[in-house]
Amino acid sequence: MKSFVELYTRLDRTNSTNAKLSAMREYFRKAEPACAAWAVNILSGRRQKRLLGPAQLREWLAESVGLPDWLVEQSYAHVGDLAETAALLHHTVKAASQDGSQYASVEVGLSAWMERLLLLRNLEEGEKRQWIQAQWQQSPLAEGFVKTKLLTGALRVGVSQTLVVKALAQEYDLPTAVIQRRLMGDWQPTAANYLDLIGPDDGRHDVSQPYPFCLAYPLEKDPATLGGAELWLAEWKWDGIRAQLIKRQGNIFLWSRGEELVMHSFPEIVQAAEALPDGVVIDGEILGWTFASDADAQQEMDEVCGKPLPFNQLQRRLGRKKVGPKLLGEVPVILQAYDQLESDGISMCGRPLLERRSGLQKTLSYAVSPHLRLSPALQGSWEYLAGLRHSSRERGVEGFMLKRLDSVYQAGRVKGDWWKWKVDPYTVDAVLLYAQAGHGRRSNLYTDYTFAVWEGEQLVPFAKAYSGLADSEIVELDRWIRKHTKERFGPVRSVEPVQVFELAFEGIALSKRHKSGVAVRFPRIQRWRKDKLVEQADSLTLVKSLVADNAL
Amino acid sequence: MENILRLAHQGIYCPAGDFYVDPWGAVEKAVITHAHADHARVGHKKYYAHPDCIPILHHRLGDIDSEPKAYGEEFQLGDARVSLHSAGHILGSAQVRIAVGDQVTVVTGDFKRTPDPTCAPFELVTCDTLITEATFSLPVYRWPNPKSVAEDIFTWWMNCRERRLNAVLCCYALGKAQRVMAELMRFTDESVVLHGAVLPITQIYRSQGVQMLEGRPVEEGENYAGQLVIAPPSAIGSPWIKRFGRHEAGFCSGWMRIRGNRRRRGYERGFVLSDHADWNELVNTIRESGAQKVMPTHGRTDSLVRYLREQDIDAEALETVFGESEE
Repeated sequence: MKSFVELYTRLDRTNSTNAKLSAMREYFRKAEPACAAWAVNILSGRRQKRLLGPAQLREWLAESVGLPDWLVEQSYAHVGDLAETAALLHHTVKAASQDGSQYASVEVGLSAWMERLLLLRNLEEGEKRQWIQAQWQQSPLAEGFVKTKLLTGALRVGVSQTLVVKALAQEYDLPTAVIQRRLMGDWQPTAANYLDLIGPDDGRHDVSQPYPFCLAYPLEKDPATLGGAELWLAEWKWDGIRAQLIKRQGNIFLWSRGEELVMHSFPEIVQAAEALPDGVVIDGEILGWTFASDADAQQEMDEVCGKPLPFNQLQRRLGRKKVGPKLLGEVPVILQAYDQLESDGISMCGRPLLERRSGLQKTLSYAVSPHLRLSPALQGSWEYLAGLRHSSRERGVEGFMLKRLDSVYQAGRVKGDWWKWKVDPYTVDAVLLYAQAGHGRRSNLYTDYTFAVWEGEQLVPFAKAYSGLADSEIVELDRWIRKHTKERFGPVRSVEPVQVFELAFEGIALSKRHKSGVAVRFPRIQRWRKDKLVEQADSLTLVKSLVADNAL
Repeated sequence: MENILRLAHQGIYCPAGDFYVDPWGAVEKAVITHAHADHARVGHKKYYAHPDCIPILHHRLGDIDSEPKAYGEEFQLGDARVSLHSAGHILGSAQVRIAVGDQVTVVTGDFKRTPDPTCAPFELVTCDTLITEATFSLPVYRWPNPKSVAEDIFTWWMNCRERRLNAVLCCYALGKAQRVMAELMRFTDESVVLHGAVLPITQIYRSQGVQMLEGRPVEEGENYAGQLVIAPPSAIGSPWIKRFGRHEAGFCSGWMRIRGNRRRRGYERGFVLSDHADWNELVNTIRESGAQKVMPTHGRTDSLVRYLREQDIDAEALETVFGESEE
């Protein structure tokens, strides 16, 4: 554990990519494979299953340090990180004489510790509490922090999977793509898997293994700067769940971009894939779908045949063990396929898009199912596409994806070949109503805001937003919030309804779960409208009218 | 408070002695706890302060009428008997003890109880009413041993040197910078590079007999590598810093106890070194003072007030304008 805590500390102390790489390489060089496997798992941000709820932990924390609950709460709100709060509070209540070397020096390796954590599940509540409190009391500050972080889920330390992959690739002299591919899917942190991960490249891989997704950057300039439109393929930018459909050796796998297997959530797609030839991997988007009637379909100019359901409908299909017939009927899904990464068991990633698309078209012709479709390819001049893009909202899409016809399928976010050409977001002027302190680097600053719009004389909360303000504005607004607090509800403050902000969001749908009756997608702050009076903020009626625009 | 001190427009006022403690508005008589800008302001007719504080006051405020008062020396102002007592915050910092009749009130000013080679140690003064600072009044704040922090700073400096980088350490120009230079004497006798804001105050400290590493001013055209540079936080991001080329930045402050604070400010290293009391020091000082009434000021007074009340100590926040985060 000590060497992992040391690695964490080194990573936390630098903003330099090279320093991070060399810290990781040094760790991997010295670590036992079993521990290194866990380090890969943790550093690449794979969420551990949370073993305990935060409320439970806070209660045990207060008990362990002998401080009142409210003071532990206030400390937590101030620090913005429960693990750090636990470590700091224990540090405070320890007698000064107890600092330093007196800690039980039984060194437990990272893997042994993680495995012990997993066994916690089998313990009675009281035993769990005892064990955790003993860990807190016996651990020095940094170790107590890291241990608690692992207990509560993710350990974020400014390292991405890409960087972990790079460190391993450098250390073991392998191409990054090989390591990246080996890590895809349901990679389990065992010594054997780690040794496979860093072993020589023999080309073999697991039948379920997906490819790293190719991702795009937003296009912020005129598309004409990309060159002639004939070099590009345009597709509708669907707002669903990015997915990879795999059929190998008769098995079907459906992966989400979060690298989770989602077959059980979307049985109709799996069923449709039965008819596909073996050895194929398809990249596409899962969408909730309203099927067009035949008559409508006749009139469709562009083969879309229907329309996506709002994203919040699709969400209902997730996180269930089994999807019942009612939900299958209410939220039918389709896969809009737009790329083929493997054909006859051979990777197509190095082939140009044009060739992959024609392969895809052929592959899909085997499956005659409404649940598996070819995402239409649109071509035309930039002017034509720009005009067509205006119809995005009514089609329930986010604009276009632009992909170079001669591009290969790359791993991760790469500039140049793929672009998101999105429509301008919806905007609404709303009033700041509540604020809560953020977490991590925004701890101790009020950065999580709730905004409201007018319904008659009342302000109704309708969206939360966390991003979009400049650092200097955050500091300014934080000061204002502290000075204009009306009431406090735990970590949340209500403020005088004075400040107006222009919020932007990508989508909007009716929702029974929200007090305002609407749910918005990706809300963020566009501008602080200091020029606007609170009376000039928008109304709920106006917000709801956006749903109507979007609905049909 | 009601008896001996009250809050007036210009600051904390003693009617019996017709004077103020660290007033923020201009007044006739001001008793000054220490020379930080939020406590010692320009415009008073008369300044009472510790002899070690007075040269710093003159440096910062110019030509003022000041009267030195040694620690423990009782002097009469009107009906009040006033004395200064070491606060351990910075050189010449004082707590103010005010006795009127048989009632005693103490204003701690800023204080700390962790050892500091640049100033006299904190003196515990018993009283009936205690007006205490509360800058770091949450139990997440407990200071590590300053000697080990100084060692961390030295190790960091040497580590930067190995990589041919300069180590730029941000410190409050008055107090913290000198404390770091004094603590580092245990590891080295090299000189350090000082920002223009740090230099004159360091000279004042040295002329009062404080032992510190040599500090040298920045020379135009000199090529710096592997140096320790001490600068105020405002220097970060300024054109001044550019002359040091590739460097790492560290910050010395109690706020660095919280990881998010450091990351938000973009420092590579945070060194937890504070000139204020931590939670345990605050709570212990309040207990040991024997005060029946405690009035915390500047900081997160609400949590301390509530905590003290739950411990059956009569507590009430005192709203002042003293710095919220001057460290």
